[in-house]
Amino acid sequence: MQFSGKTHKFGNDVNTDYIISGKYKFKTLDMKELAKHVMEDLDPDFYGKVSTGDFIVAGTNFGCGSSREQAPLAIKYADVGAVLAKSFARIFYRNAINTGLPVVECDTDRIEPGDELTVDLEAGQITNKTKGTVIPIKPLPKVMIKILNDGGLAAHFQKYGGFNFS
Amino acid sequence: MGQTIIEKILSSHSGQEARANEIVVARVDYVMGQDGTAPLAIRAFNEMGGSRVFDPECVAFVIDHSAPSPNEGVSALHKMMREFVREKGFRLFDIGEGVCHQVVPESGVVGPGSLVIGADSHTCTYGALNAFSTGVGSTDLAGGLISGRMWFKVPETVKFVCNGTLAPGVYSKDLILHLIGEVTADGATYLAAEYAGEAIAALSQEARFTIANMAIEMGAKAGLMEADEKTMAWLRRYTDREFKPVSADPDASYARILEYDVAKLEPQVARPHRVDNVAPLSQVAGKPVQQALIGTCTNGRLEDLRIAAGILGGRKVHRDVRLIVAPASRRVFLDAMAEGIIQTLVQAGAAVVTPGCGPCVGTHNGVPSDGETVISTANRNFKGRMGNSNAEIYLASPASVAASALTGKITDPREYI
Repeated sequence: MQFSGKTHKFGNDVNTDYIISGKYKFKTLDMKELAKHVMEDLDPDFYGKVSTGDFIVAGTNFGCGSSREQAPLAIKYADVGAVLAKSFARIFYRNAINTGLPVVECDTDRIEPGDELTVDLEAGQITNKTKGTVIPIKPLPKVMIKILNDGGLAAHFQKYGGFNFS
Repeated sequence: MGQTIIEKILSSHSGQEARANEIVVARVDYVMGQDGTAPLAIRAFNEMGGSRVFDPECVAFVIDHSAPSPNEGVSALHKMMREFVREKGFRLFDIGEGVCHQVVPESGVVGPGSLVIGADSHTCTYGALNAFSTGVGSTDLAGGLISGRMWFKVPETVKFVCNGTLAPGVYSKDLILHLIGEVTADGATYLAAEYAGEAIAALSQEARFTIANMAIEMGAKAGLMEADEKTMAWLRRYTDREFKPVSADPDASYARILEYDVAKLEPQVARPHRVDNVAPLSQVAGKPVQQALIGTCTNGRLEDLRIAAGILGGRKVHRDVRLIVAPASRRVFLDAMAEGIIQTLVQAGAAVVTPGCGPCVGTHNGVPSDGETVISTANRNFKGRMGNSNAEIYLASPASVAASALTGKITDPREYI
């Protein structure tokens, strides 16, 4: 999988309340509606600014807090191509893979807002076209690659009727 | 080489000797979802082609996050949950029964050695009962509902050894806030935490839940404690089931062992807008507050309400403060009524709301206004958490919240004990 787009940068410890506030998420299963409020408390204009395939770039512990799967779904339905961070909170990380939102662990220090990137999951690297640099990606555990390749956990269950990692 | 508590529980549930960093597929003993996460799980369950849940005796949904429903959107989701539960024949804890992390332990289904997944990040709470319990999302929950299994990366463990005795007026909430401040919000990410030492042993079982509940606030997958006589006595109040305690081996391998002397610990607060932005309460004493919240899965148990009543008894909440009390469960509510605690709190000026999560998660029952400051016994103070991103939230013990409600400003509870 290869994605290209420009970056929107955030700091460390972006929690799931910032990604999608509890005051919206409990009301509806309409993810396109929720997506309009994504990252609202950190950047009220984010949804208006983001173009299809753009990247959210952050520091450490992205997605900490609640187990709400609405967080990766709201990002996905805002048409964000992938989230790049130095590290992720574990529940968010699992939820993103399960719902098919690419999450990429890498060094984000040298990525600036607006940089044009190409993320290549197979090659395990990011090309920063603006800066002319290449950044390696920390590989996903094999179990997660299997789930992603199957199209998420729901598709994995459809295919095998349960967990099948053999 | 010996094993940690979590390695032992994952071994007994996966049929293989589980060691840190391995991937295992484990049997789960109990699966729980709440009204913020279950609707999406039902959708995933149907997408997966699910027809029945693996064992209706080992599954529950809890309606607690918006209970009773504050609007028609939520009502539709609650209805969807009720219909699913009726069709599949498992247990629903409906509005008023309480917060999931109180009603699940009270129903006697989790104890030493259990493995529980819940679609709520604070599912780590049952670690105080020597169980491995952890939060998952809705799709994982659906997988668990269908298969009764879950995959896990076996985590390494960080051990917190707490020596010394907490001073009067200093509680388990102050201790866990201090530990989170020390290791920060991602200090235990991908790790399990074990809490041990004489300070933990001296805590009541109820006070221990507060510590395990907040393990996720340091990023941990679980917050485990060993079981002792207090644990077993607590369980006997709720169930006849036999549980076998799981201890770490003396030669178990830990990622880190951190030792603390808690004897000199003062009351603590987490300042806006981060749970790890912790300071001694004395540094912010005098800050005016307009709302105070006592409740939640962190500090809404009987002992917490009793501590608050001890401070508020015969006194009046400051006229510029709204004090909201949400008992953690119907049982806690009834026990607190039987003891006269609710009467004391209401006479002092508290507004008691339905057992549930509402104020803590910003769905209803006490959304603060712009520029207001709240002091709360909850576990999160993120910007916007209580439904308004222009309000500030300080986290503290029930005693500190009660004392602050009396004076209208952040107050050291030791002045009232």
